[in-house]
Amino acid sequence: MKYIEEYRNRDLILKLSDHIKKSVIRDYSFMEVCGGHTSAIHRFGIPSLLPPEINLISGPGCPVCVTATDFIDKAIEYSRMKNVTIVTFGDLLRVPGSESSLEKEKIRGADIRIVFSGLEALKIAMSEQEKKVVFLGIGFETTAPGTAVTVRTAKEEGLKNFLLLSAHKVMPPVMETIASEEIKIDGFLCPGHVAAITGSGIFNFLPLKYRLGCVISGFEPTDILQSILILVRQINARSPATEIQYSRVVTTNGNLTAQDQMNKVFEHCDANWRGFGTIPGSGLRLKSEYEDFDVEKRIPVEPKLFHDNLSCICGDILRGLRKPENCSMFRKKCTPENPVGACMVSDEGACNTYFKYHAE
Amino acid sequence: MCLSVPAKVISIDREMAEVSVGGAIFKAGLHMVSNVSPGDYILLHAGFAIQKISDEEAVETLNLLNELKSYENE
Ligand code: SF4
Repeated sequence: MKYIEEYRNRDLILKLSDHIKKSVIRDYSFMEVCGGHTSAIHRFGIPSLLPPEINLISGPGCPVCVTATDFIDKAIEYSRMKNVTIVTFGDLLRVPGSESSLEKEKIRGADIRIVFSGLEALKIAMSEQEKKVVFLGIGFETTAPGTAVTVRTAKEEGLKNFLLLSAHKVMPPVMETIASEEIKIDGFLCPGHVAAITGSGIFNFLPLKYRLGCVISGFEPTDILQSILILVRQINARSPATEIQYSRVVTTNGNLTAQDQMNKVFEHCDANWRGFGTIPGSGLRLKSEYEDFDVEKRIPVEPKLFHDNLSCICGDILRGLRKPENCSMFRKKCTPENPVGACMVSDEGACNTYFKYHAE
Repeated sequence: MCLSVPAKVISIDREMAEVSVGGAIFKAGLHMVSNVSPGDYILLHAGFAIQKISDEEAVETLNLLNELKSYENE
């Protein structure tokens, strides 16, 4: 397939691997922020192509994984209400809440439906006007513009029964949290599809303020290896900067129309992240002009005490402090069929990825 | 859920397109991209085209990699 096969060329992969091996002069730790990168890195066996000096650490860029338990609990409360239909991306179904999951609620009879796009949620709301349709909005800057278009369309169509529960988040604050934390990294493989929307500028503070390398990478093997090579060279030259490897999709300014959609509908708010707690300014909530679509305003639910499974170390994994193998439940009590924590649920989750692509 | 894939635009009806990902057909909202025509490639994410893929840049990246290759072979 075009824009895929060319970047999986075996000769180029081996050549890049060679270049990286010849370029290392010290140890390097790089964090791949995006769960899509984590998944691609292990699927394509990238670690086996790297010299031992390079350590890749997965980060907090899997939207399902960072969605906190209280969000799932709220979604479950809505799903138990009469005449409410929950519409969601599939992965969220299996993420454990404090005492249930959306999947379990669905089996018990709750009306929960899976879609690929917010526009499908809108269709359900249009055709079933007697129902309140609650769309679970999760995802970073890549996904939030689509939700913004969906909400604006709902407003234009005068839909009264479409509601949003937003856990949308933005990337820079959590990357800043990591940059200023105890974990020692030399640079980031920056999320390419976030940058497709935002442009490359949102990462500039990382080299400027924290002296960290930043390469916005594509998702094919040569993309990832080329990005790692650029990072190694930046670190060797002691000249960290924001560079775009994924130039077929990412520009300096990004997608201005998508940014405009997002800015019209959302404003920044504090948000709760699994593993990090509340990060100021890292969430997106509907602006007051759109608050009729905000389910938390229209039908407030009492936030009850929630609890996480304390033996799941997803939080530490998302912060780059530990790896899936360090969890006592990995492969034993916790598997993709029976996930104990969010990182085992999603295809982009570190635990799920390690489970699938690493032998026991 | 967060996957974004290159997709070829097959047909366009106002703000919606039919796109092909390796032969499988999906719908893509074109609300965020302009100047897209059938035959173009877009990046499909959660039901929306989030960016048009630049062919020049795609070729440029590969050229750079191929240069790297020949440099090694010298
Ligand atoms: S293996 Fe399961 S329980 Fe352990 S950290 Fe990963 S998701 Fe949590």
